[in-house]
Amino acid sequence: MQFKLGAAVLGGMLAMSSAVQAATELVIATVNNGHMIEMQKLTPHFEKANPDIKVKWVTLEEGVLRQRVTTDIATKGGQFDVMTIGMYEAPIWGERGWLKELDFDASYDVDDLLPAIRSGLSTDGKLVAAPFYGESSMLMYRKDLVEKAGMSMPTKPTWDHVAKVAAAIHNKDEGVYGICLRGKPGWGDNMAFLSTLVNTYGGRWFDMDWKPQIDTKPWNDAISFYVDLMNKYGPPGSSANSFNEILALYNEGKCGMWIDATIAASFVSDPSQSKVADKVAFAQAPTKVTPKGANWLWAWALAVPASTTHSDEATRFIEWATSKEYVELVGEEAGWARVPTGTRFSTYENQNFMKAARFASAELQALDSADPEDSTLEPVPYTGVQFAAIPEFQAIGIAVGQQISAALAGKRSVKDALKAGQMAADREMRKARYY
Amino acid sequence: MSNKKSVWTPTYILRSLSAWLVALVIFFPLLFLLVTSFKTELQAIAVPSMWLFEPTLENFTEVQERSDYLHYAWNSVVTSVLSTLLGLAVATPAAYAMAFNPTKHTKDVLMWMLSTKMMPAVGALVPIYILCQNTGLLDTKFSLIIIFTLSNLPIMVWMLYSYFKDIPHEILEAARMDGATVAQEFRHVLLPLSMGGLASTGLLCLVLSWNEAFWSLNLTSANAGTLATLVASYSSPEGLFWAKLSAVSVLAIAPIVVFGWFSQKQLVQGLTFGAVK
Repeated sequence: MQFKLGAAVLGGMLAMSSAVQAATELVIATVNNGHMIEMQKLTPHFEKANPDIKVKWVTLEEGVLRQRVTTDIATKGGQFDVMTIGMYEAPIWGERGWLKELDFDASYDVDDLLPAIRSGLSTDGKLVAAPFYGESSMLMYRKDLVEKAGMSMPTKPTWDHVAKVAAAIHNKDEGVYGICLRGKPGWGDNMAFLSTLVNTYGGRWFDMDWKPQIDTKPWNDAISFYVDLMNKYGPPGSSANSFNEILALYNEGKCGMWIDATIAASFVSDPSQSKVADKVAFAQAPTKVTPKGANWLWAWALAVPASTTHSDEATRFIEWATSKEYVELVGEEAGWARVPTGTRFSTYENQNFMKAARFASAELQALDSADPEDSTLEPVPYTGVQFAAIPEFQAIGIAVGQQISAALAGKRSVKDALKAGQMAADREMRKARYY
Repeated sequence: MSNKKSVWTPTYILRSLSAWLVALVIFFPLLFLLVTSFKTELQAIAVPSMWLFEPTLENFTEVQERSDYLHYAWNSVVTSVLSTLLGLAVATPAAYAMAFNPTKHTKDVLMWMLSTKMMPAVGALVPIYILCQNTGLLDTKFSLIIIFTLSNLPIMVWMLYSYFKDIPHEILEAARMDGATVAQEFRHVLLPLSMGGLASTGLLCLVLSWNEAFWSLNLTSANAGTLATLVASYSSPEGLFWAKLSAVSVLAIAPIVVFGWFSQKQLVQGLTFGAVK
């Protein structure tokens, strides 16, 4: 009897251990953004539907994530089965064969993805990363302040008009600054915004021979305007401000206007986070010489690295997390204002979402108008609105960003900053043998 | 009537005030961190900062719900304690040899050991990453223990060497005269005499290993992450999570702060004994 009981217990333990062993452990690298946190919370739904998969999350700081993921892919480390990457990395890594092509079932409805986002995440027409949420940039302003100043804000304002509004609503004594814009150096920080400003001023990063154009007139006009505007109507210490710093200022009611990622709209209009939630209104990113490239395009996407040994399971997870059904799930579980946006037409056709998110139509309009293939007045050899999708861009963006941030802080003139930026970009492009 | 001179001289008061001011400046970021961890996200971003508010524990609750704190804390305990013990096991005989049987190259060896700390860690990232990958040690506590031990070893050898140098040779010679072997001499004479030095060296290395972030962030993923990686995971490029980041930071430093509080005497002794020789 004792033997039988022992055998049964042993058998049970073996069965349990084999069941545990049968579950594939999927390691997913991600960043600590609100939508990703929601995805982690909802993962049990995926695991319930896929009992053979157990998901493990590795949440990293954005810079560390890029470094880790790059190291892992380059050394074929195989540490991660699913990676969170951006629109900048997707085409570069896809071209090098570092990412597996994503082949989903017909029910996934790949044609429902917004064309610009889908194109930015594809290599040779093949999807190498699936968009989890997408964003463009737009103008968020304090309707109450603009009305009080006797001004109005068109849905498609010009930079000249924005400068006038900034002057009218700027009230330093009451701690309200006319406009808040990014100033912290970095290719994804100040240069993301400034690239769109330069685009609409008629500038570009490179000409068709890959020669940097940073010391040209459009750059000088755009950056001089930016530095002047910020010195007159920006908050103190703007050269240290990026998305989060300005979000804090805006939610505290310190900014009259802010041009930044559309994702910010959900934060500034959320009463639990913002003191001015009911006073915010939205418009398209301002334009100057051309509307081309005035607003950026970015997507956080999920990709399967070529080094993983669990590509089928990884693809299944991505298919779930970027599906229409996932959007529905978030809407039902967390609320419609918190669904990941900027990826699918169907999200904007959903009345529940459109009712809950009053920024939705402005966001869709911004996403629709951004075209990474045609974002400058003059022709360019690169794709990308607020970046050039080449490996050298990170270093160039950082170097130029540092120079312009120094100009904003008053440490050097705009002319000198752009000259130094041009030299740094030229050096980098020569080193990479573009010419 | 007492002839005792009052200690409250202007110099004494000025010195005390300066010391308190310096201590306050050093402590202020920690205080700010602690206070922020009990705020809501909206209160955390308030300008100017709020010091009077209704404290909330929601950040700590959410950290516990979202992350397996105990898993990370256990990894921190295992890696820091074992790397400290391993480091002491290697550094003690090394320091003994150099302190009591110096050769003409001892100083050079010591300087060479210290020079390994002069290279930034990132300089060795790729080779160490590839070594760990090829040996299957990526994302294991074992790799962190080895790396923490090696990176702390120069400091441990230097500290113990300085401590051993203060012990008179004659005591060891007397033990030898009484017929003690090297092992007996080490165990019955040297260890009791240098227990304070060993404790302070161990404590310092424990703190250094606990707070190490670079290698933990780069060599671990889902399994072997320490509390430093947990803190880093709460930083966000798009979203304000300052209160939660503060809460997780408080949780990460709490165990080592409590430990340091109880062992501060040894720690201070360890940090200053070289300076008062």
